Amino acid sequence: MDKKIEVNKEKIDWEENMTVDRILKIMNYTFKMIVVKVNGELVKKDNYNTKIIPEGSDVQVIHLIAGG
Amino acid sequence: MEELEKQFFSKHDPKILPVLRNSVVGIAGAGGLGSSVAVSLARVGVGKLIITDFDKIEPPDLNRQQYFVEQIGKLKVEALLENLKRINPFSEYKIHNVKIGENNISEIFGKVDILVEAFDEAGMKKMLIESWICRFPKKPIIVASGLAGFGKNEKIHIRKIGSLYICGDEESEVKIGISPMAPRVAVVANMQANLVLELLLKEKNSNG
Repeated sequence: MDKKIEVNKEKIDWEENMTVDRILKIMNYTFKMIVVKVNGELVKKDNYNTKIIPEGSDVQVIHLIAGG
Repeated sequence: MEELEKQFFSKHDPKILPVLRNSVVGIAGAGGLGSSVAVSLARVGVGKLIITDFDKIEPPDLNRQQYFVEQIGKLKVEALLENLKRINPFSEYKIHNVKIGENNISEIFGKVDILVEAFDEAGMKKMLIESWICRFPKKPIIVASGLAGFGKNEKIHIRKIGSLYICGDEESEVKIGISPMAPRVAVVANMQANLVLELLLKEKNSNG
């Protein structure tokens, strides 16, 4: 079985030393304003290229859209 | 007044009402979302609402916000306070004419049971969510994202990520030709308000 993670409930292949930036690239997420939670923990923008995502992680990317 | 108060709440479920009367809900923003959330929560009898905004009412706001023509030029929080008191004078309303940021979020919203995010700008939404989660990781925050335009009722949903809830379609950007319009903004606002009730009542039930 390939090693996976879930991004917004979609299963994708896990890679060694995977970062948030890498996930956003794979998912083709180009949204400007996002909030990222990995296994329930908030990851701030400064850590998108340093925080390593473990195998089996649940990653949630929330796209914030103007309007209210 | 006492007799009116009794009658006002006479249709409320006697098991639910005391929970709501003892609840405090924060509403960050008093525009299309915030004014509609506040009106619904006031009608239902939530005991205390804490509401912030830093804008004045302008004519285009009336296309979707719960204000009146004669209130144009007033501070939104002050106009909303007037309107809420006319709807339900038996709840407590605390208003703040401020811009919420890292520096004052705890002071203003620290004691609420649930926070409703009702900002317009995406950057403000992000700031509020991140500040809230860092300070109050277990307290619910209900965010709105994706509500512009009309129709597409079936696209609107709720996503739960721990104590963070997102209401909206998570895709409809505001751009030329797709502006926030009263029905869809009110649908999302009332989804937020409806979720507030669900969480308040669930929490109470699980605590006995």
